[in-house]
Amino acid sequence: MAMTVELPALERTDVIVAARPAPLSRLRRLARPALGLLLPVGLALAWEIIVWLGLSSGRLVPPPTKIFATLVGLAKSGELSQHILATLSRVGAGFGLGVAAGTLLGAISGYWSLARRLLDPTVQALRAIPSLAWVPLFILWLGIFETSKIVLIAAGVFFPVYLGVMGAILSVDRKIVEVGRTFRLSGPAMIRRILLPAVLPAYVVALRVGLGLGWMFVVAAELMGASEGLGYLLLDGQQLGKPAQILAAIVVFAILGKTTDWLIEVATAPLLRWQDAFGRQGGAA
Amino acid sequence: MLVLDRLGKIYPNGVNALERFSADIRLGEIVAIIGGSGCGKSTLLRAIAGLDRATSGTVTLDDISISAPHAKIGIIFQEPRLLPWLSVADNIGFGLSELPADLRREKVARALARVGLVDKANAWPRELSGGQAQRVAIARALVPQPEVLLLDEPFSALDAFTRRDLQDHLLDLWADTRPTLVLVTHDVDEAVVLADRVLVMRPRPGRLFEEIRVNLARPRDRHSPLFDNFKRRVLTALDRSLDRNLADADPKTTTGEAMWW
Repeated sequence: MAMTVELPALERTDVIVAARPAPLSRLRRLARPALGLLLPVGLALAWEIIVWLGLSSGRLVPPPTKIFATLVGLAKSGELSQHILATLSRVGAGFGLGVAAGTLLGAISGYWSLARRLLDPTVQALRAIPSLAWVPLFILWLGIFETSKIVLIAAGVFFPVYLGVMGAILSVDRKIVEVGRTFRLSGPAMIRRILLPAVLPAYVVALRVGLGLGWMFVVAAELMGASEGLGYLLLDGQQLGKPAQILAAIVVFAILGKTTDWLIEVATAPLLRWQDAFGRQGGAA
Repeated sequence: MLVLDRLGKIYPNGVNALERFSADIRLGEIVAIIGGSGCGKSTLLRAIAGLDRATSGTVTLDDISISAPHAKIGIIFQEPRLLPWLSVADNIGFGLSELPADLRREKVARALARVGLVDKANAWPRELSGGQAQRVAIARALVPQPEVLLLDEPFSALDAFTRRDLQDHLLDLWADTRPTLVLVTHDVDEAVVLADRVLVMRPRPGRLFEEIRVNLARPRDRHSPLFDNFKRRVLTALDRSLDRNLADADPKTTTGEAMWW
């Protein structure tokens, strides 16, 4: 989720740059992402050279080529896809459950004030408990296998989605709702034609935050005992002293997290074209 | 005929916003309601629209009692209140969802042409200027052909030039189907240029203070001495309406005899 926040600030410089003469600006625009890569690539390269020169054994901090080789090895043996599949299906199931519950309860609390007074204090109290504190209880109740893992992920996803949906409904502009009233929209029509579209931007943000937490909790769930999954690769790498495997799993986590977040963004972009957003100005320049 | 009979509104916090407001407004008439802040003019308009219920009195339109928004009554607010997720064309067609699609398209196209925004049909509301957005709002309210159109300070957020332009445009559109217009404003110039009748209200509690008939032929010349004369009379009435020392009397009616000076 931290990855999604920094974009607007970067896009802003884009606007300023675009005002300069064209060839220079094009060069700068190409150079800008490259500038961000300079530090990580430079560090990786430096470490690679240090290990290659024999200045360090690279046993605890393996050089990039070794991490890459480990990834290729895991991919060739088919292990990598098996682990990715296991993790993805857990995140998918937990995210789906959490989103469904969060959306439903959030919508009820947002739309219906009696339900909010009844339900919201309890949800807020539960939210105050660090979700990982539930782990022992979930294992006792639901066993050590898939169910407890999925429920833990779902619990992590639930809260941001619930809060996002409820908050979004509560903050729908009364003036826009009044437009619906003057055209005598029925309850369902009001929801479909006014509330849903008004809530959508905040809902997408809630989904992305929820997904970020889903990825966080899948690691926790898999670390508490799993026979497959990327979290298992982490644990296995620690217990058998294979830092390259740990780093390889981390790299895969990063790629998957960013990709799934991007998928939500791309899938919802057509629905949010109407937004008068700050980031959009930069995108157009 | 729109009949307001002894309308009163006391808010839950005890504020007496409107008291015994009565008026008969005939079909096709343009009535401007003017008054200082807190005189209940917006409260009155919202009661006519059926958005808020009056605590006493009744609103009847052609013998139908109004207590909720009605198909024959349209409203335009101070802000355009366009739905940001709909294109300009879809905003205009928002109130026509029960019509078949082709008929709706046809009506929207005609309305777009009428307000001069054909080239903006597929634009998002955020891409419009303030005046354009308010024209879309006017088209959206007029396209279902209401019998009564209520306007709550519709041009007060616009610059002076755009405001004049839209006032003329509104009259032009009004001439198409001649609905009843009830306009709340705090702009004396606007009231005199648009209205057949100016109702001056006095605040705390909001009551009808004076009624001024503006029998000037349209189009009205904003620079004629007669126009100035009516403006002065509305201003005088406004000044007096804010004078707390003046005893509460029954509202008085003056007609346009002064214009023959």
